[in-house]
Amino acid sequence: MSERTIELEVLRYRPEQDQEPFFQTYKVPCEEEWVVLDALNYVKEEMDRTLSYRWSCHMFVCGSCGMMIDGEPKLACKAFLKDYPTGKIRVEPLSNFPIERDLVVVLDDFVEKLESVKPYIIPKEERTVEQGEYLQTPAQLKAFKQYTLCINCLCCYAVCPQYGLDESFVGPAALALAHRYNMDSRDLGRAARDDVVAAAEGIWHCSFVGACSQVCPKDVDPAGAIQQAKFAHGIDYLTSFLPGGKR
Amino acid sequence: MQVIEADVIIVGAGGAGLRTAIAVAEADPKLSIALLSKVYPMRSHTCAAEGGAAGVIKSNDNLEYHFHDTVSGGDWLTDQDAVDLFVNEIPKELLRMEHWGCPWSRETSGNVAVRPFGGMKIMRTWFAADKTGFHMLHTLFQTSIKYPSVKRFDEYYTVDLLTDDGACYGCTAIEMRTGQMRQFRGKAIVICSGGAGKIFPFTTNGAVKTGDGMAMAYRAGVPLKDMEFVQYHPTGLPGSGILLTEACRGEGGYLVNKDGYRYLQDYGLGPETPTPVLKAMELGPRDQLSQAFWHEQKKGRTIPTKWGDVVHLDLRHLGEKKIDERLPLIRELSAKYVDSDPVTTLVPVRPVVHYMMGGIHTDIHAATPLKGLYAAGECACVSINGANRLGSNSLGELLVFGARAGRGAAEYVKKGVRAPGERLDALAADSEARVKAWFQRTQASDRVPALKKRLTTAMEDGCGIYRDEATIKAACDIIVDVRERFKNVALEDKSSVYNTDLYQTLEMDAMIEVAQAVAVSALQRRESRGAHQRLDHVKRDDEAFLKHSMAHYNPNGEPRIDYLDVVITKSKPAERVYGARAGGQSAA
Ligand SMILES: Cc1cc2nc3c(=O)[nH]c(=O)nc-3n(C[C@H](O)[C@H](O)[C@H](O)COP(=O)(O)OP(=O)(O)OC[C@H]3O[C@@H](n4cnc5c(N)ncnc54)[C@H](O)[C@@H]3O)c2cc1C
Ligand code: SF4
Ligand code: SF4
Ligand code: FES
Repeated sequence: MSERTIELEVLRYRPEQDQEPFFQTYKVPCEEEWVVLDALNYVKEEMDRTLSYRWSCHMFVCGSCGMMIDGEPKLACKAFLKDYPTGKIRVEPLSNFPIERDLVVVLDDFVEKLESVKPYIIPKEERTVEQGEYLQTPAQLKAFKQYTLCINCLCCYAVCPQYGLDESFVGPAALALAHRYNMDSRDLGRAARDDVVAAAEGIWHCSFVGACSQVCPKDVDPAGAIQQAKFAHGIDYLTSFLPGGKR
Repeated sequence: MQVIEADVIIVGAGGAGLRTAIAVAEADPKLSIALLSKVYPMRSHTCAAEGGAAGVIKSNDNLEYHFHDTVSGGDWLTDQDAVDLFVNEIPKELLRMEHWGCPWSRETSGNVAVRPFGGMKIMRTWFAADKTGFHMLHTLFQTSIKYPSVKRFDEYYTVDLLTDDGACYGCTAIEMRTGQMRQFRGKAIVICSGGAGKIFPFTTNGAVKTGDGMAMAYRAGVPLKDMEFVQYHPTGLPGSGILLTEACRGEGGYLVNKDGYRYLQDYGLGPETPTPVLKAMELGPRDQLSQAFWHEQKKGRTIPTKWGDVVHLDLRHLGEKKIDERLPLIRELSAKYVDSDPVTTLVPVRPVVHYMMGGIHTDIHAATPLKGLYAAGECACVSINGANRLGSNSLGELLVFGARAGRGAAEYVKKGVRAPGERLDALAADSEARVKAWFQRTQASDRVPALKKRLTTAMEDGCGIYRDEATIKAACDIIVDVRERFKNVALEDKSSVYNTDLYQTLEMDAMIEVAQAVAVSALQRRESRGAHQRLDHVKRDDEAFLKHSMAHYNPNGEPRIDYLDVVITKSKPAERVYGARAGGQSAA
């Protein structure tokens, strides 16, 4: 039934028993159409119950299964085996995050950052349900729609050189999320978000090489969001250095 | 064992759990809330919902239409008082979502747009492209951050409910990062743990949907209602089971058999029209569409593939622009997973297990018969879906009844709740011992994955789109055997940190209970209604079975089933009418 056997080289680390991470190789009989996640599930069900990783939706929307696949951050449910013709695939936990166990990384830092940007509507005017919806034209929707598509998979953090150097950097997905609300015609919260977004650890920390946008599986373009935010703040920022500026 | 206290404990942080948490926080910011989830909230399976959420908002629509569509769609097994308040409250809930920032798709005027959906007479389904559940989940999650009283316990696996003297006071849960069990003690508990599609082998449901909360409530003595009603969605991708939303057909897609023929016209859903008409053809209800596939297969008019027989979904005539604007995820999924770009090619599809109409029995306030215990979302059965849920009603359900559960729980707590007795600690210790036993056992004759395969295969063979006495009995027997064997399984991974062998074993424990409730309820319902079709009892039998099945847990064997009357207010049971006679709106 199997069409092809691949060698899956998986980084293992169980803090209770392993001094340090090591690679374990599994020879996995695979169907042609499979993704890397299917191969991992095969290992888990048929070969080794001790392997741990996160997944749920298997349709690239829950964001659980971000991992390094042959050195690149990818969703395991979107990494098709047919794109790895050599038959040897190396799987590691996302870079730039502490390993909790095997392919599972510690997400605390990201979750705190996400919370810190006040990712909710801070309304222009409180509106009651009886007043109906805010009108928002398709063009107004388009202004922020792309930045709503983030699934929090953290592939972008795994490649961000600035986050790698200094984890106080708020980072691509959280900044894109702040920008998403700032650009929403229903929102008036930009000032409230600025203490995080426009701080030293915020947008100014990004070197705009755009690695984050290249790996994003959802085409969110966090680098573009940060660039737009910098532009929007640029004037304020530069004038702040002039005599009488707010700095 | 560490004890963590909160006024309200919520198990599950999907759409329903988050809506509940916000409702409690808004009802009284002084109440402390513990929100537990075995995955980070945004991983919850609400994220997978594509098509939309129905709610009356346009001037050509009215609440009565939504009421009647839902009641007849559910083959009159719906409780009409629940449906009434559901259709009433859902537009307000959807507007609240709009105020919270949900990026609903819009008309050029700036008003929210609606799209056609199966079994609905008028276009009333709000949508955010084809990622509606995803956007709702993230909107709710992000909005919940605004409320300081909501304390999240992400990646905490809930194991058992803790009850004392007829009331529920909390639960045990394992912190997955450390493997430590904690006792959560509260005054009201709300279960929002989602569905149980994973008891079948081929499903649109994600890995998390294993019926844990249903099993917890069931073991605690709360009946599971109408479990035999399992929805097959007519359009899943072969192999992976990934869903292609009903919106594909709402936007005008066709279903064709191996001869390119729109076969639904042969099953009382016609006549065919080039542009969609609501409640007809491809916009008929899901139960009937999935059943039509079964008949086509029997007639040899489906297309065999290595993943089983398929028919084709034809979207080509919609054109690239519309597909990209309205169905971008569908295009991506089809291209990637079955190598078929819907802009230029037919996409293979087959029916796939999708949704549990049944669940934890609740009243219209989302309260279960166990004092202090509430349930909302897919894990619950408040009976708005009856024998067949209409697409786009469950995203609404989790909002309306999540909010009701939250308000109800807050009110219950504020009225003052007696403190639990000593028994709670003992129960928590039992719960821990149950888990420890799996660690201590060394040699097992059966492995969990093999048992799971056996269980899910039995469900597919015995409780599929069409069933009869013999097939269901066979499934029941296998479940009994699996249940017996499961008692002796052992963990192969004995570690504490993020031990997914343990969680999959706990999930299997829940799946066995839920599967048994489904199969035994199915066996005893000797009629055909909605999604429950018996080849040996082909007619609906209102005399004997216009009733909810209530499955009661039995630790020593199969559940006891008894029945509860359906609430009927203004719609007398009648024939379900689809196709030309249904008078649906043109959706061109
Ligand atoms: C592919 C797909 C498409 C769909 N499309 C639509 C649509 O277009 N319109 C519509 O109306 N409906 C749709 N549905 C149905 C709808 O999405 C679901 O019924 C609904 O989202 C369920 O929400 P929920 O909050 O009840 O559960 P979920 O979102 O599944 O959340 C369950 C929560 O419970 C937690 N949990 C479970 N067990 C435990 C445990 N043991 N311990 C701790 N936490 C636990 C999980 O971590 C999770 O947070 C679709 C469903 C699927 C599968
Ligand atoms: S563009 Fe900025 S955020 Fe993106 S990877 Fe580069 S430094 Fe990081
Ligand atoms: S921006 Fe893209 S890569 Fe980063 S978390 Fe979001 S979806 Fe993932
Ligand atoms: S499993 Fe959900 S994104 Fe891969």
